[in-house]
Amino acid sequence: MSVNKKLLSGNEAIALGAYHAGIKIAAAYPGTPSTEILENLSQFKDIYAEWSTNEKVAMEVGVGASYAGARTLVAMKHVGLNVAADPFMAVAITGVNAGLVVVTADDPGALSSQNEQDNRHFAKLAKIPMLEPSDSQEAYEMMITAFDISEQFDTPVLFRTTTRVSHSKAVVELGDKKETPGVKGVFKHNFQKYIMLPANARFRRPLVEERVKNLASYSETSSFNRIFKGDDKLGIISSGMAYQYAREVFPGASFLKLGFTYPMPENLIRKFALKVKKLVVIEELDPFIEEYVRSLCIEVTGKEFISIIGELTQDIIKKGSYSIGILAENEVKKTEYTAPKLPGRLPLLCPGCPHTGTFYTLSNLGQRSVLPGEKPREPKLIITGDIGCYTLGALPPLSAIDTCGCMGASIGNAIGMQKAGVDEKLIAVIGDSTFLHSGITGLIDAVYNKAKITLIILDNKTTAMTGHQEHPGTGKTAQGEETVAVSLESIVRAIGVKNIQLVSAWDIKALKNSVKTSIDSGELSVIIVSGACAVDLRRGVDPGIIDVNKCTACGLCLALGCPAIQKDGDMIIIDGSLCVGDNCRLCRQICPNKAISPDGARQSERISEEL
Amino acid sequence: MKNCNLIIAGVGGQGVILAGNVIGEAAMSSGYDIKKTDTIGMAQRGGNVISHLRIAQKIYSPIIVEGEADIVMSFEKMEAARCSNFLKSDGIVILNNRAIPPLSVSRGVEHYPTDEEIISILKQKADKIYFVEGTKKAEELGNARTLNIFMLGCLSCFLDIEDSVWRECIIKSLPSRIVGVNIAAFEQGIEAIKI
Ligand SMILES: Cc1ncc(C[n+]2csc(CCOP(=O)(O)OP(=O)(O)O)c2C)c(N)n1
Repeated sequence: MSVNKKLLSGNEAIALGAYHAGIKIAAAYPGTPSTEILENLSQFKDIYAEWSTNEKVAMEVGVGASYAGARTLVAMKHVGLNVAADPFMAVAITGVNAGLVVVTADDPGALSSQNEQDNRHFAKLAKIPMLEPSDSQEAYEMMITAFDISEQFDTPVLFRTTTRVSHSKAVVELGDKKETPGVKGVFKHNFQKYIMLPANARFRRPLVEERVKNLASYSETSSFNRIFKGDDKLGIISSGMAYQYAREVFPGASFLKLGFTYPMPENLIRKFALKVKKLVVIEELDPFIEEYVRSLCIEVTGKEFISIIGELTQDIIKKGSYSIGILAENEVKKTEYTAPKLPGRLPLLCPGCPHTGTFYTLSNLGQRSVLPGEKPREPKLIITGDIGCYTLGALPPLSAIDTCGCMGASIGNAIGMQKAGVDEKLIAVIGDSTFLHSGITGLIDAVYNKAKITLIILDNKTTAMTGHQEHPGTGKTAQGEETVAVSLESIVRAIGVKNIQLVSAWDIKALKNSVKTSIDSGELSVIIVSGACAVDLRRGVDPGIIDVNKCTACGLCLALGCPAIQKDGDMIIIDGSLCVGDNCRLCRQICPNKAISPDGARQSERISEEL
Repeated sequence: MKNCNLIIAGVGGQGVILAGNVIGEAAMSSGYDIKKTDTIGMAQRGGNVISHLRIAQKIYSPIIVEGEADIVMSFEKMEAARCSNFLKSDGIVILNNRAIPPLSVSRGVEHYPTDEEIISILKQKADKIYFVEGTKKAEELGNARTLNIFMLGCLSCFLDIEDSVWRECIIKSLPSRIVGVNIAAFEQGIEAIKI
């Protein structure tokens, strides 16, 4: 029999593992580095996969499906589990019926997140088992085992990956798909198990502790917790991607590789510790393993020499190891080479981005933009922001966002500031997907508590930041079916907002008028700015061109922050390969000399999306 | 084949990721272990992209440590210089002769390095530098997006992977309507190095 090998990313392997384990249902909300899991699962037409409105809903859908007898995968990024924590903690008590696996994709180094957090703590908090793959092969195998564990121990399983595991490709040897006869979902009524009235919750509480005990013995024999015998001078306990790095730095050492990291295998750890002269833990982020080992009164070190902050690298491990004397000096790279200083490539709103006009307007009204040769002015307005592509409106030259914490926060933050009595006018800015995810409740609060703020909803008809996923407002499901497009305007109206304006993202004058009248109205107001994401619009349009005879190089168009508008010596030019032409026209509207017009002569070659 | 640590650099939209995936498939089909990881900035488009590819009998970490890359292949000139820290002392650089200035340069705030500056940065580490006209050739073929496959042609001259395997993997990775022009780009890439 030939082996079936594939080159898969961690996320592809997770999806395929779940599919081969016979899942029937998958639910997720997008978020880097987890997004590709559901994107891959949605390709399988014999299972049901949905983009949920947010992670809490995804978790609840998953719990329901599991109760009804369907193996289910729920996936999210690390901060998604904060949103989903309530149903997550609840299902940890009720347990499951069919297997339920929750993927948390952590982002050490906050490479594409608002924070860094080590979600391994969630397994301990919820008292449920956790698996931690260190490459795609393990991701695939562990996912299949995770469903068995879930059913054997009547528990959801936390499946913890990181950016580097999720997004690295490696060779995976695949098994066969588990044949799952198309049994219909059935819910077996069980008062004590599924209804967490206080009495029932108290009844199940000891069962949870019993479960942790049983899982701890399982952990001792799990094939994912393994000793690799090497030199007994140094013993290293490690998990996840950190294990791969440590293996390269210490090819000769003894290793205890942990893949089933909660509950931890006490006896295996004791056995390993006895066998080696010096014991260290090499793990990314928090001292999760180290603290446990220490709690067994075993002498160990870890965070003393490996940073608690950020993504690990072999270099960090090498330098740390040298500092405590477990690596020879000649093993550590001397950095006699200093990296050259080169211009960076900052993230920017794309050419033709529908968010640009709104932020240009806010930047002007809020006195944020600075023309060449001018001094910065005292900023006006307070603009609370949210998370999405539009967060880039915080960067120069626009500089038109003042806060950004977590999804949905813009509205509550603005209400709080207004109630605290600030003098400035308050504007909250939120994307369409984010508004549906967690903005609606904030707006209800604003109506109910008579907040006098202006909310701008940036409706680009997609979840752009994470790579253009469908959401409840787009009219399409994750698996490409047509569906009802939830209307933002109807929601806002139904909540009870009276002052609503609908504006085109491409009309600078209308944008300015709407913002001015809204903030001057002295009442709660909502502006819905509509314009489709530019990434789909790049082809077949006439780019703008600047007439050198009319242009005075005043630099006003540069204040848009459009990457297509560039300085070439003393002149300003438009890069025809970047401009989306008639699909935008913002610069043509703001040029005081009417120097910009479509370049009809050019059908230029465009840089567009990756194949 | 001897082991190879390969860095591919470029700017979002140039096809770096796809190129890396094709190399990975080709190496795997040839019986090697392969790990690949990409570092991409937060930028949707226009940010820099670095792909790490490691090909050997057995690999643990997907990341290439500074000073450990056998080859740096860059789709953009300045990005090659940015990756010079990865090069081994006898490393090879394959460099597409194309500048994509970042906004700070097009705003006139920063200076884009001259060819001499880029070469002098790379020369500190690299043994050999191959300047190729990938973008020009791709444009001449009528499809600028074939640049990444042109670059694969260049790279194929340095790896122990059969020509037929490359072609098979390219065909598998692309929609059929653009396979022809990409195979042509691949062949031009080989020629650019062999001359
Ligand atoms: C709780 C949580 N889930 C997911 C994410 C990842 N994420 C960041 S922004 C965003 C959605 C952005 O969509 P939208 O609000 O429509 O703005 P756009 O990017 O389209 O401008 C997502 C899913 C996150 N940061 N936090």
